[in-house]
Amino acid sequence: MRQKHHKSRTQAIVKQALTAAAIAGGTLFTGSVQAATDLSLWYHGAGNEVESNIINQIISDFNASQSDWTVSIQSFPQESYNDSVVAAALAGSLPDILDVDGPVMPNWAWAGYLQPLPISEEQIADFLPGTLGFWNDELYSVGLWDAAVALVTRQSILDEFGLRKPTLAEPWTADEFNDALAAIKESGKYEYPLDLGMAWTGEWYPYAFSPFLQSFGGDLIDRDTYRSAEGVLNGEAALAFGEWWQGLFKNDLAPGTSQDPADRDSGFLEGKYAMAWNGNWAAVPMLDTFDDVLFLPAPDFGKGPVIGAASWQFGISGDTEHADGAASFIEFAVNDKYLAAFSDGIGLIPSTPGAAALTTKYAEGGPMAVFYELSEQQGRVRPVTPGYVVQAKVFEKALADIANGADVADTLDSAVDEIEIDIKRNEGYGHD
Amino acid sequence: MISHDNHGLRLAVRYAVLVLVAIIFVFPLLFMVMSSLKPDHQLLVDTGSLRAFLPVGDISFDNYAAAFQRAPISTFVINSVIVTGVTVMLSLAICSLSAFSFVFLRWSGRNLLLSILLATLIVPFETIAIPLLLLVSKLPWLGLDGLEQGWLNSYHVQILPFAADALTIFLFVQYFKDLPSELVEAARVEGASWFQIYLKIIMPLAGPVVATAAILRFLFMYNQYLWPLMVVQSDEYRPVMVGLQYFFQLDTPWGEVMAYLSLITIPVLGFYLMLQRAFIASIASTGVKG
Amino acid sequence: MADSKLTRSNRTGWLMSLPGFTLVALFIIVPFFFAFGLSMTNQRLVSPNPTKYVGLENYRQMLDIALVTLQPERDASGTVIRDDEGTIQYPRLRRLSRSDPAFERYKGMREWFGWQSGESHKAVVVRDPLFWIALRNTLLFVLVVAPVQGGIALGLALLVNQKLRGINAFRTIYFMPVVVSIVVVSLLWRFIYDGNDGLLNNLLDTLSFGAIPGVDWLGNPSTALGAIMAMSIWQAVGFHMVIWLSGLQTISPTLYEAADIEGASKWQAFRYVTWPGLRNTAVLVIIVITMQAFALFAQIDVMTNGGPLDSTQSLVFQAVERGYGKQDISGGSVISVVLFVLVLAISLVQRWLTRDRQN
Repeated sequence: MRQKHHKSRTQAIVKQALTAAAIAGGTLFTGSVQAATDLSLWYHGAGNEVESNIINQIISDFNASQSDWTVSIQSFPQESYNDSVVAAALAGSLPDILDVDGPVMPNWAWAGYLQPLPISEEQIADFLPGTLGFWNDELYSVGLWDAAVALVTRQSILDEFGLRKPTLAEPWTADEFNDALAAIKESGKYEYPLDLGMAWTGEWYPYAFSPFLQSFGGDLIDRDTYRSAEGVLNGEAALAFGEWWQGLFKNDLAPGTSQDPADRDSGFLEGKYAMAWNGNWAAVPMLDTFDDVLFLPAPDFGKGPVIGAASWQFGISGDTEHADGAASFIEFAVNDKYLAAFSDGIGLIPSTPGAAALTTKYAEGGPMAVFYELSEQQGRVRPVTPGYVVQAKVFEKALADIANGADVADTLDSAVDEIEIDIKRNEGYGHD
Repeated sequence: MISHDNHGLRLAVRYAVLVLVAIIFVFPLLFMVMSSLKPDHQLLVDTGSLRAFLPVGDISFDNYAAAFQRAPISTFVINSVIVTGVTVMLSLAICSLSAFSFVFLRWSGRNLLLSILLATLIVPFETIAIPLLLLVSKLPWLGLDGLEQGWLNSYHVQILPFAADALTIFLFVQYFKDLPSELVEAARVEGASWFQIYLKIIMPLAGPVVATAAILRFLFMYNQYLWPLMVVQSDEYRPVMVGLQYFFQLDTPWGEVMAYLSLITIPVLGFYLMLQRAFIASIASTGVKG
Repeated sequence: MADSKLTRSNRTGWLMSLPGFTLVALFIIVPFFFAFGLSMTNQRLVSPNPTKYVGLENYRQMLDIALVTLQPERDASGTVIRDDEGTIQYPRLRRLSRSDPAFERYKGMREWFGWQSGESHKAVVVRDPLFWIALRNTLLFVLVVAPVQGGIALGLALLVNQKLRGINAFRTIYFMPVVVSIVVVSLLWRFIYDGNDGLLNNLLDTLSFGAIPGVDWLGNPSTALGAIMAMSIWQAVGFHMVIWLSGLQTISPTLYEAADIEGASKWQAFRYVTWPGLRNTAVLVIIVITMQAFALFAQIDVMTNGGPLDSTQSLVFQAVERGYGKQDISGGSVISVVLFVLVLAISLVQRWLTRDRQN
């Protein structure tokens, strides 16, 4: 609960105002006996019809299944969802149930936007690790799906350039990957050999590209202490990663930061790019367009192949007085049936093997089953710290600058400086 | 006298210049409208060539239908029109009255107040948004259900903070300064009250500046994004620019984006055309200055 | 206006200006002072930590600037080390500031720009390079956009002030980009500026028969800010055209007739009739453009995010990036306050200059 924390004056005032309002509200509503209590839920999927239908179905099933609670939903556009939540928290008007992007969860939990999620261990026992949000050894959020990134290409392209098809057991080495890119570039048949999706600014950069850094042996921050990035983000491994990264753009192997977003969406489908680093959510149109599309595991740059894990998850708002109701809704929602529905509807990876078996795409032998394995074997969550929000921004800028030709060592050094200053100003973000 | 041929040639040159300049201004908008009629794949292929400006290929209104399916567009447009319309009207009334008192009346504190107001011109909205959010979330409001705490999720939270601004006041001040002061003095001698002078003498002469101020305020309000994002939490009160976000999914449907953009541009264009007529008429009928 | 009894009225004056002033005070001035207060604390957007007063520390961090002289690297014999191309090698400032006590004051600072001076290297180092770069870009943007946009707008206004059939249609067309939100316009122009198969490149290619090579307009640090300037001018010029036009139309036709009778040339008519008649309009246009230019944000946010290589960072973009993106409300507020003071200073100078000429 929020009371545990020290609060700024503004927050205290907001809280007071809120309590006053709650008391006023309480006296107004005591007249209606026995009615179900309203619970509000905020969701990031505005504008996605399929997604809305599924979540609405879950809500109406839940409301019909019992008489204590009535959940109602407010949908927000994904791009601005976090800003809306932060604004609401400042204004003291958070809902009862929130959905939260996995890596942002510690930030919100630390600030008291979320409270621990009392859900039974057995119910989440076989969930993919990336779908469970832990902070300070407590579960705060759980996801109905995970997402995974793969190296997308076509069998015909591999054949054309005589490339070995990498497997989970034996992914491409750095050399194999670089040679493949060079050979494709040499042929001149494609505008670029590889599309990294540089047009997708924001969370895509740390989500999709920090795994490369990790595979080189570096990271955004030292995960033992979460208080320093020195030697991790600017050490030998990180410098090697930076040089490799810069080379991709210097040698025209991948479109840079000025890529237009439409090319990102359709360039691979149109044959402009031979390979694309893209997520499972984009897989369906690719499967529809090509009959020989392949979803390959990440290359191994030395310390094993890595991809990012954790997607959107549900949690209980720190402000709610109905944590029990919120928890019972979330328990209701993490049902294989709904997990499978989301997966079938929008191509996401179901959180459990049981749900995967129910789906068309992820069931054994299904066209996207490979993503489930990718998620299970290569998935690694982003740094679990409230400071991640800032570290992600710093990393994004550093990657963009290096891609545009900035000095690698200088750029990474100042990224480290910025991250460490930020940690200091936040008194260590609650890490002891 | 200029010969007839020469006159015709000069006229042709004038029109040629006008048309050439017009092309520069119209082409991105043509691109927007034409793209809204094309399926995504073709739209993206066409962007590199002149085809982008022509209704060629697979033309249909499918994108419009899909856009209406994706988001409650009519709600967004109605919300924007209400918020924008009310704000513009309030702003014109309040700001012209302030400007009137700054220009035509002499009172102590006048210069100081005007200087303070003009200094606020410099404050970009982005930089005060969060303090403003903290403020409005605590202000009381007398609604239909009695006294409420906080202004979030409403029309008034989108209107009142913008009902007066230094730029509009400044526009009126600059315009009023050009009006002959004898008008006011004469009316005072006749015994007219200040409010009568404002309403009956000055405002009827203010057509052009009213139009300019109205357009400027309209555009600012209609394009509001950051503020409604922070203070509106349901579809019910969401305006068009926040609605645009509904279309930026991971695989962006560009055709629908273009359709939505075309749709939300229509009210603004209509508003401008309406004002343009009023504004030209007012000039023709007054012909005030010399 | 003469100060006479007829125009003096304290009560009515206050009463009439009060609604406007109250609203501005409540919704702009109070939040601004709040922001000013925040700039002297360590307030975060999202944090359970208590807020602390830090005085001017945030300002000191952001504005910290110094000149450093670096001596070249020498080998054991004392000769200056040069690389293959003959460029003198200097130690990294970062290394010095962490090892050499003489340089400790510069720890964490970065070189903003530098130059060669004899054998040594002079470097201007700053603690917050992004702020300085954003400041430079913003000033450059204002210095280019304000006169160019104002001038083109006046030209257009004169163009559409002719008495020609159908002139209203042209007025409307020239105004059209204004009615489209800057966010939308920025999105459209990303397609136009595209480096590979963008419209602008294809157009230049066709017009020059392939002589002009394609440019990655937004991806190249030397063209990105220029591209954004051009688009910004294009988008808003129609609005200022309308303001000029309303000024033009208030000039009495009899003045032009008089000028005609005197045998004045077109230029003379413009210089001695039109321009003086546009005085108040000119002040308005310049002020509005300057304010809009200083607030440069949406274009950057949609098109470049401040890149490539910080070539399009702007002050308001940095304020938003810090305040919202990096949850550093106090840092964002510091930029807001500095921006305010800067623009206030500029407008005071502007006012002083114009007043001087008037008397």
